Amino acid sequence: MKTYSSKLYLFVAILTSLLVSFFQDEINPYYFQIIIYIGINIILATSLNLINGFAGQFSLGHAGFMSLGAYTASLVSSTLHASSGNPVDILILPLALLLGGAVAALAGLLVGIPTLRLKGDYLAITTLGFGEIIRVVIQNLNFLGGARGFTGIPKLANFFWVFSVVSIVVFAISNLINSTYGKGFLAVRDDEIAAQAMGINTTKYKVIAFITGAFFAGIAGGLYAHFISYINPQQFSFIKSIEIVVMVIIGGMGSTVGVIIAAIVLTILPEALRGIAEYRMVIYSLMLVVIMISRPQGLFGKSFRLKELVAKFRRPPMSA
Amino acid sequence: MSELLQQIINGISLGSIYALIAIGYTMVYGVLRFINFAHGDVFMIGGFVGYYAAPHIMPLVGGSVILAGPIVLLLAMTVCSILGVTIEKLAYKPLRFRPKLTILITAIGISLFLEFGGQLLFGPDPKSFPTLIPSTTLIDSQNLILTTTPVIVIGTAIILIVLLRFIVQNTKMGTAMRAVSFNQQAASLMGININTVISFTFVLGSSLAAAGGILYGTLYPSINPLMGIFPGLKAFISAVLGGIGNIPGAALGGLIIGMTETFVTGYLSPTYRDAIAFGILILILLFKPSGILGRYEAEKV
Amino acid sequence: MLRVQNLQVRYGAIAAVKGISLTIERGTIATLLGTNGAGKTTTLRTISGLIKAAGGTIHFGDRDITNKPCHEIVAMGIAQAPEGRMIFSNLTVKENLRMGAYLRKDRAEIQRDLDFAFSIFPRLKERMKQPGGTLSGGEQQMLAISRALMARPGLLMLDEPSLGIAPILVKTIFDKIVEINRELGMTILLVEQNAHLALQIAHYAYVIETGQMVIEGKASEIAKNEDVRKAYLGET
Repeated sequence: MKTYSSKLYLFVAILTSLLVSFFQDEINPYYFQIIIYIGINIILATSLNLINGFAGQFSLGHAGFMSLGAYTASLVSSTLHASSGNPVDILILPLALLLGGAVAALAGLLVGIPTLRLKGDYLAITTLGFGEIIRVVIQNLNFLGGARGFTGIPKLANFFWVFSVVSIVVFAISNLINSTYGKGFLAVRDDEIAAQAMGINTTKYKVIAFITGAFFAGIAGGLYAHFISYINPQQFSFIKSIEIVVMVIIGGMGSTVGVIIAAIVLTILPEALRGIAEYRMVIYSLMLVVIMISRPQGLFGKSFRLKELVAKFRRPPMSA
Repeated sequence: MSELLQQIINGISLGSIYALIAIGYTMVYGVLRFINFAHGDVFMIGGFVGYYAAPHIMPLVGGSVILAGPIVLLLAMTVCSILGVTIEKLAYKPLRFRPKLTILITAIGISLFLEFGGQLLFGPDPKSFPTLIPSTTLIDSQNLILTTTPVIVIGTAIILIVLLRFIVQNTKMGTAMRAVSFNQQAASLMGININTVISFTFVLGSSLAAAGGILYGTLYPSINPLMGIFPGLKAFISAVLGGIGNIPGAALGGLIIGMTETFVTGYLSPTYRDAIAFGILILILLFKPSGILGRYEAEKV
Repeated sequence: MLRVQNLQVRYGAIAAVKGISLTIERGTIATLLGTNGAGKTTTLRTISGLIKAAGGTIHFGDRDITNKPCHEIVAMGIAQAPEGRMIFSNLTVKENLRMGAYLRKDRAEIQRDLDFAFSIFPRLKERMKQPGGTLSGGEQQMLAISRALMARPGLLMLDEPSLGIAPILVKTIFDKIVEINRELGMTILLVEQNAHLALQIAHYAYVIETGQMVIEGKASEIAKNEDVRKAYLGET
């Protein structure tokens, strides 16, 4: 019953994305861009939330996964787009996104392995290191444009693609969290030693979290590249990773709805604060400190999960 | 051969600055068991104190080079000590018994605040660091040019590290610091006020970072509000490489990272400069997480 | 000298000490006995200020020291050689002793106390420059007691000095405890599981079980009372 209804939500969400995409040209281009960024940030933040919030593995390298996805997808689509005729064009983006996600997931596996022994601070700085290494390596690869960046990426991403992926990510992660895997994640996060003692293979869960999180981050990167059609390594520095982390923390680690709200607010906020753009990061950083001291569970708490929100909107069953 | 010598001198100069910063990371880790992410930014503030103070100090001492340098250095060290202790009291102390992740995120927040607050306050553009000590050439052969600058940088770093070692090994407060880093409860039972020791640790660490900032400005005469990020990360890596919590280890790690980076820049490609330290970090964490001189300590959960 | 009244200590929802009271007279040795988990160490840690009391009061002399920070309580004159000895392994024996005198400034007197410590435990003098971590269990216990003495406390609290130590050394250490009491007139609170030994040297004894005081009295009388020994002290 539960899976049936959540599948229905997914179907409705994708259908809505498709319908909206028919009218996307009617939307003011500036607002449209913000809406697309919101979608991409939701994918990034919810996927990082899987690693940070649910599996409790603090990662500062999400931008690295994103850049792998962005570059791989761009390489795939630029190659295919140039050589193929239009009929198969519609398949190019999904293929590029999947390959981008796959490469990022592979990197997630590589990063996941050292997490077998690293914790907290060390893990954070190691993942940051991985992200930076990816960036520096890309900077040195001429076939990816090096430091100058990758240009001429076909502008294939539209409202439909971005928000279908948003729907799929939210659906997949919510389902994962409610499955037995999800219980495993939470066990690892809440008390790793106890989880190990209970025979839970903590390593497996950590690695799964990294692979899944990295996969979706890679797809987000692909979407981003195919929306702005130009990428360079500097866009994926660890400042970007920190921005995503801030969304997860302010939203409340482990709360899908909270993180989605935070992603929306923190994408709109800088635009709204454009007049005082230089204060943006100062405000962000102070928010981070104040929240950690006064409300470390984030603005939306720990228990506030999608399932409960849905339950609130669902009518209570009629009693006989 | 001479080029190699030149690179070694550059490597030791850079390495001694990393060593100064790394000692602060390692001491705070030793006492509080967390990475003070904002430490690299305290280094940056040290540089800026020097930048703003030097033009005022110079006329006061009648342009005397012998006086101006040390006064600016001491001033930066004092300002950063106050900054370090303030950060600890306001941001870290309320979180002392919370999960480490909370403290880590707070430290990142403080770090970003100093970086972007610095951009607002000092302006985002690089500033040229005032000449505290005019550089004179000591050796000028065909292949090797040695000026006073690296000699002064390395010399100052050595003096400060020796002084620090004396404080930690031979004074009562230093001994108390080591006692606290080993067992806080036992230290309390000696009548040691843990908060005082923690503040003292931040004073020592922050003042060394400030000195690093001044020396960095002297060596590469350009500073900017984001300049603490990479030296900070590399100094942290130095501390891990040497064995976190181990002061001589941090100094050794700093030298190794500084040398490696200089050699990669000189002989391989400057573009890999920032990646090499992370490569070393990942290798060390995979194969010898206790570092070169450290003892491995399983994390208490 | 020390007066504990109706002390209660909780770990979260679990009550570890449920209202115990005890008094120690100046210059005497009092012992707090009980089986493992009875709440002995918790009581000592609360007196020292390492744990907060949930209720009751602790007076030292005429001062209320309940829930004062640990370092202030040490400054008022209560030193402890804690359970497990808690030697600073990374500090030398001499540095460990100097840390014991952390709050004192009288260099000459500190030196005298150092000499006294070396005179009662000559082994420590031999090992003066070694790191504390290299000592044997017995030597570490000697160091822990000497370190606490270096504070020149009004009250010396010893938590299970016999635990994990070679029997031959246990005898020496207990002899030294008596010596410290007689020579210095030191007031001592001794926590022990080894009731037999403790009752031999103590003047007064308290027996606690699951956080409650079950009996108190002169050590010599409790030592004679076979029922008490069987019921609460795990003797057969």
